[in-house]
Amino acid sequence: MSFLQVQGLGKRYGDAVALEDVDLSVTAGSRTAIVGRSGSGKTTLLRIVAGFETADTGRIVLDGRPLVDGGGMVPAHRRGIGYVPQDGALFPHLSIADNIGFGLDRNGADRRTRIAELLEAVELAPQMLERRPHELSGGQQQRVALARALARKPALMLLDEPFSALDTGLRDSLRRTVARVLCEAGIATILVTHDQSEALSFADQVAVMREGRLTQVGPPQELYRRPRDRETATFLGDAIILPAEVENGWARCSLGRLAVAAGPQRGAAEIMLRPEQLRLVVDDRDAPPNAAGGGPEGWGRVIDVEFGGSVCKVAVTLGNAPGQPGPLLLRHSSLDLPRIGSRVRIQVQGEAHLFDAPLR
Amino acid sequence: MPLAFVAWITVQTGWETVVELVFRRRVGELLVNTLLLVLLTLPLSVLVAVALAWLTERSDLPGRRFWAWLAVAPLAVPAFVHSYAWVTVAPGLHGLAAAVLVSVLAYSPFLYLPVAAQLRRLDPTMEDVAASLGHGPWRVFLTVVLPQLRLAVCGGSLLIGLHLLAEYGLYVMIQFDTFTTAIVDQFQSAYNGPAANMLAGVLVLLCLGLMGGELLLRGQERYARVGSGAARRAAVTSLGRATLPCLLVPLLFAALSLGVPLLTLGRWLVIGGSRVWQGADIGGAILQTVTLALAGALLTTLAAAPMAWLSVRAPGRLQRVLEACHYYVGSLPGVVVALALVTITVRVALPLYQTVATVLLAYLLLFLPRALVGLRASVAQAPVELERAAMALGRTPLQAVRQITFRLAAPGAAASMAMVALGITNELTATLMLAPSGTRTLATEFWSLTSEIDYAAAAPYAVMMVAASLPMTILLHIQSKRAAGR
Repeated sequence: MSFLQVQGLGKRYGDAVALEDVDLSVTAGSRTAIVGRSGSGKTTLLRIVAGFETADTGRIVLDGRPLVDGGGMVPAHRRGIGYVPQDGALFPHLSIADNIGFGLDRNGADRRTRIAELLEAVELAPQMLERRPHELSGGQQQRVALARALARKPALMLLDEPFSALDTGLRDSLRRTVARVLCEAGIATILVTHDQSEALSFADQVAVMREGRLTQVGPPQELYRRPRDRETATFLGDAIILPAEVENGWARCSLGRLAVAAGPQRGAAEIMLRPEQLRLVVDDRDAPPNAAGGGPEGWGRVIDVEFGGSVCKVAVTLGNAPGQPGPLLLRHSSLDLPRIGSRVRIQVQGEAHLFDAPLR
Repeated sequence: MPLAFVAWITVQTGWETVVELVFRRRVGELLVNTLLLVLLTLPLSVLVAVALAWLTERSDLPGRRFWAWLAVAPLAVPAFVHSYAWVTVAPGLHGLAAAVLVSVLAYSPFLYLPVAAQLRRLDPTMEDVAASLGHGPWRVFLTVVLPQLRLAVCGGSLLIGLHLLAEYGLYVMIQFDTFTTAIVDQFQSAYNGPAANMLAGVLVLLCLGLMGGELLLRGQERYARVGSGAARRAAVTSLGRATLPCLLVPLLFAALSLGVPLLTLGRWLVIGGSRVWQGADIGGAILQTVTLALAGALLTTLAAAPMAWLSVRAPGRLQRVLEACHYYVGSLPGVVVALALVTITVRVALPLYQTVATVLLAYLLLFLPRALVGLRASVAQAPVELERAAMALGRTPLQAVRQITFRLAAPGAAASMAMVALGITNELTATLMLAPSGTRTLATEFWSLTSEIDYAAAAPYAVMMVAASLPMTILLHIQSKRAAGR
C-alpha cells in the first residue's frame, strides 16, 4: 500500500506545459528522488505536493487522505508536510531557536527541550540557538532548515535541492546526516535534484523527469543499469552507446560479440555500456599484424590521454566502422597509462544493455 | 552649521532667558500639537501604505500597475497645494483632524515606495515554509511578512516625520500651529528675535529625537535575504469576492489625494479663464524660478561632487561621518536653516543679508543629500581601474578624476542636478524668509496669491509646480522598481 499516491497530475502555465499526466507512488518511510534538468517540472511537482501551487488536473492522496482532488484542495498549512527549500529560507528576523520553534506551540511546556533535541539531531552545537541566520554558514543554515521542518513531525518531507548551494565535501556529509535523521524518524521523503549522483546515492526510488513527464521510475541500480532510453542513460551517468546487430541474446558491435538480455528484439539496435564495464588492456605484444586502422573487433588505438589524478580518461578510436560515433572515452587507472598511439585491447564485463525503444 | 548656530545662540541668549523662552505655555501647546500630528499621521500612513503596497504587489487587483502609479503620484503635488485644494473644497477644514488627513494624503507615498519595493524583494519561499509549518495566510503575513517590512517602514516613517516637522505652507493654510509655522510667524513679526531661535532649537531637538528613535527601532539587524539562488517571484493572492471592496481602497486614496487637488486646480483654472495666465507676472516668476533653481542646482552638485567621489573611492570611517553630517543637515527643516542664515548674515556679514547668495547657500544646505545620492551612484559606475589606467598614461590624479570619472558620471550628475532644481522650484519656506524683496518664484507667488485669497490666480502657479514635480515622481517610482530588480 503506497503512502503517497499521485495520479494523473497536470499543470500548465499559459501555453507552457509544466507537468503532464504524472503518476508517482511513495511507500511509507522510503526515500524518493526526482531528478531532471532545470525546467523539467520537478520543482513544480514538489510545490504542488506541498500545496504552494494548484494542479490543473489529477489527484494526490496522502495516507488515505485526499489532498488534491479535482477542484478541491487542502491548503499548505493544513497538510502536515515538511518542506526544506534550496537556500533554507530561514527567517532573518528570528534567532535560530525561534526559527526551529516557529512551527511549535509558542507556549508549549516542552518547547525548549524540543528545540534542543532537534538541534542535536541535525548535529549543531547548542550555542547556535541564540545566533541569527546570517551568522551561520550555508551548511549550518540548511541543518537549521531541516530541524525547523522536522519540528512538527511531518508525515512527509519535501527537499527542494537543499544541497545544491553547498561545496562538494559539505554536500556529502549533509546528505548523509539528512538521510540518517529522516530514516530514524521514519519520515517518507521526496528529494528534488538535478544532480544524478545525489539522486542515485540518496534514494530507494529514483524518478527521472523530462519535459513535465516522469520517464522512468525505479530503484537506482535498475535505472542506472537499464535505462529506458538514450536520454535517461546519458543523464544518469557517462554512457557508451554503440550501434549493434542483435540476435538471440547476442549483440554484434565494434567491440565484438557481447551478451545482451534475451528478448524478442532482433536486427539493428543500440546498446549501452557504462564506462566501468570496459577495461583497457595495455599490452600490445600480441597485437594483430594488420594494426593500421580498422583492425579486428575489440582492438583500438589510443588517440588522447587526459591525466586526472587517480582516474584518467583515455580516448580510444576503434577504427572506421560504419556508424561509429567517434572515439570512446574510457576510464583508466593512472598507474599504467598507455602512450598515445599505442594499440590497446578492450575487455567488456557484464551484459550490454539493449534500449527498449526501437532505433530511430 | 545650523546645529552649531542653535548651540551658539543658546549660549548667547543666556540660560535664564532660554528657560523662560522654552518653558512656557505656548511652547507646550506647540509641542502637543506637533507630537499629536506626528503620532497620528505616522500610524495612519503606515496602514495606508502597507495596504496599498500589498494590494498592488501581492494581489490580483485589476489594474495593479495603474494603481501603483496612482499611489506614488500624490508626490507630484506639493504639500501646500494639497492643503490649498482641500481648503477650497471644504473651507471649514482646519485643526488637527484636517492636518492629519492632508498629511496622510500628501506624504504616504514616501512610505508606499519603500514598502512596495521591499514586498517585491521578499523571498516568497519564506512564506511557503511558514505555511508548511502550519501557519494560516493571515498569521504568515503577521509573523513573517510584516516583521521584514520593518526597515522600509522605519525609513519611510522617518522621512514623513521630518517632513511633518518641516512643513510650513500646508499647516498655515489649514490653520494648524506647529513649531515651523510658529517660527515663521515669530520671524515675520520680530525678525531674528531670540524667541524664534529658541523655537528652532526645540524643533531641531525634535528632529534629532525622531532620527534617534528611528535608529533605535531599526536596530542593528540584518534583514537581507540569507542564502543564495534567485528568488522566485511571489505568487499573487487571488482576492476573489473581496476584489470589489479592495478596489475601493486605492480608488478612495486616489480620489482624495489626486482627485481633489486636480479637480480644484481645474475648477480654478476654468473660473479664472485666460485672465490668470496673462500679464508678465507668470513669465517673470518662471524666469526667476528657473534662474534660482539652475544656479542652486549647479552649486549643490559642485559641492557634492568631492564628497560623492570620496565616499565611493575611499569609504573610510571619516568619510562616512562626513556624509552622515551632510544627511543630517539635509534633514533639518528649511526654516531652521533659513533662520540660521538670517542670523549669521545679520550679525557677521550684513551685506549678504537678503541676497541671492544667501538663498543659494540655503538651497545648498537643504538639497545636498539629494545631490549626493544621485552623484554617488553615478560615480560608482565609473570603475577605479579607468582612473588608474589614465594615471598610467601620464595624467595626474586630479586630471584623471576630472577627465575620466567626472566625464563618465556626467549623465548621473545632470540627473541629480535636475532633481535638485526641481526641489528648489517647489521650495517655499527658506525662499520666503531669505530671498531679497522682489523675488518672485512660483512657490512664493503662489503663496502670496493664496494669502490674498485669490485662489483662481494662484492656480496656474500650482499647475506649473505640479508639472515640475512630475519628473521627480516618475524617477522615484522607476528607481524603486529597479532597486527591487525588475
